[in-house]
Amino acid sequence: MSKLLTIKDLSVAYGGIQAVRGISFDVSEGEVVTLIGANGAGKSSTLRSIVGLVKPSGGSVLFQDKELSGLTTENIVKNGITLVPEGRRVFVNLTVYENLKMGAYMRKDNLEADLNWVYDLFPRLKERNWQSAGTLSGGEQQMLAIARALMSRPKLIMMDEPSLGLAPLVVQGVFDIIREINKQGVTILLVEQNANMALKAADRAYVMETGQITMSGSGQDLLENEEIREAYLGKKAKK
Amino acid sequence: MDWLSRNLPYLMAGISVGGQYALIAIGYTMVYGILRLINFAHGDIFMCAGLIMVYASTVLPIYVCIPLVIVATVLIGFLVERVAYKPLRSAPRMSVMISAIGVSYLLQNLALYITGGLAQQYPTIPWISDVITVFGVTTKRVTVITPPLVILLVIGLVFLIKKTKIGMAMRAASKDFETSQLMGIKINSVISFTFIIGSFLAAVGSFLFFSNYTGVTPTVGAMPGLKAFVAAVFGGIGSIPGAVIGAFLIGIVENIIKGLGWTTFSDAFTFALLIIVLIFKPTGLFGEAAADKV
Ligand SMILES: Nc1ncnc2c1ncn2[C@@H]1O[C@H](COP(=O)(O)OP(=O)(O)OP(=O)(O)O)[C@@H](O)[C@H]1O
Ligand SMILES: [Mg+2]
Repeated sequence: MSKLLTIKDLSVAYGGIQAVRGISFDVSEGEVVTLIGANGAGKSSTLRSIVGLVKPSGGSVLFQDKELSGLTTENIVKNGITLVPEGRRVFVNLTVYENLKMGAYMRKDNLEADLNWVYDLFPRLKERNWQSAGTLSGGEQQMLAIARALMSRPKLIMMDEPSLGLAPLVVQGVFDIIREINKQGVTILLVEQNANMALKAADRAYVMETGQITMSGSGQDLLENEEIREAYLGKKAKK
Repeated sequence: MDWLSRNLPYLMAGISVGGQYALIAIGYTMVYGILRLINFAHGDIFMCAGLIMVYASTVLPIYVCIPLVIVATVLIGFLVERVAYKPLRSAPRMSVMISAIGVSYLLQNLALYITGGLAQQYPTIPWISDVITVFGVTTKRVTVITPPLVILLVIGLVFLIKKTKIGMAMRAASKDFETSQLMGIKINSVISFTFIIGSFLAAVGSFLFFSNYTGVTPTVGAMPGLKAFVAAVFGGIGSIPGAVIGAFLIGIVENIIKGLGWTTFSDAFTFALLIIVLIFKPTGLFGEAAADKV
């Protein structure tokens, strides 16, 4: 499989705080890769620095052999990479439909087919098409945030804790969607607190602790790993 | 009936001046909407539009001056943002505010230097300065033209914001810069565009305003600027319809007060209104509950 995203020695610092300390990982085309870790491990900082929302303090971000670090966010997303940000961040003053159009802001071609695609994935959004996004429930907003990201027709979609604050049933729905869009050819880099679900959905996984990657392997391997079970899954996860 | 016919001239003048305030107020409210910045230099950009007209009209015919003033004012608004506000994008809001006050003084002092402090005679723009009689009231044509022109411009602006792609980007950016960037929006272009619209409307406002108020001085922008600002606060800063309604209201009440013979108090009214709004309804008529920008 060809590598879509290659991160080398990436560091992020906020003033004196080293949030990410020289991590390296990669994502191949067609994969679901997850990055798990405790609060404050530096997962969001990693994703945000990949899309240029924070400037990395060092290292490189290669996307299809193109160096992205140092580019502005608008120039990075043009390459076919997108982020569903932590906390959804839908445009609450825009309608559902307008949010979807914002997702396709960079495109000049016809959106009809892709609108139908995301409406098929999220029938609820079609019902709420003309409603302002601020009136949606948390789960619906998460659907919208994902649909909005899909509207840019990304090669790689990064999601920052898409299950955050959602009811278990809705979380299941979100993971079903993740599998579904992956099956349809979109590569996924998923950051999650919900390690159990994330590891089950992922081909490969990396574990992050205080700014460093401490473990990696296939989703299945990590699910069975004793240390991981203790730290992230709780002992009881053992069936 | 008698009361109406006696006050009609004041009412008409009020609606007209209100429309002129509205054109300035939109610039305040739009910039606030996107940057959460009160652009203190906006009234001075309005003054610059007047001054450029004064000097341009000494060498060029009026029909050339009008587009020239519009282009020059838009350019000033654009440059002010690029030079004084853009470098401070991630600085605390207070720094940008202080920069805005600095630009305001800079423009005033530049004007003082150029004019030598003497009031400059604004040229007579033909047709709109013609004296006409409507409903038995003798007035300049500009009084009658201002309200419909303002309404047309506001309709155009609302269309732009609600229906076009750049308008959608402006609305998105006014809520969330980062996520807008993730959509591929060039935030700086959207901000520049906002300043361009505000300056354009201020330039149009200057033609109308100075046709009734002939002396352009370095501080001439201060009063209409302040009143437009109060209008924007009254309407709920960030809201375009709010600013327009506030501006018409201030213009009308101010002139009715003049009509009652209390001219001395007409300005005081505006500022009393500001204080009352700030005390009892700080978010104004249509303002959102102050959701601070993240
Ligand atoms: N804008 C910022 N300014 C200063 N420090 C920050 C900033 N953003 C994050 N940090 C710090 O960087 C570290 C990593 O934060 P980050 O948000 O990347 O963690 P995370 O793994 O996403 O955590 P969570 O699971 O809670 O979302 C934390 O210690 C945090 O306090
Ligand atoms: Mg996070």
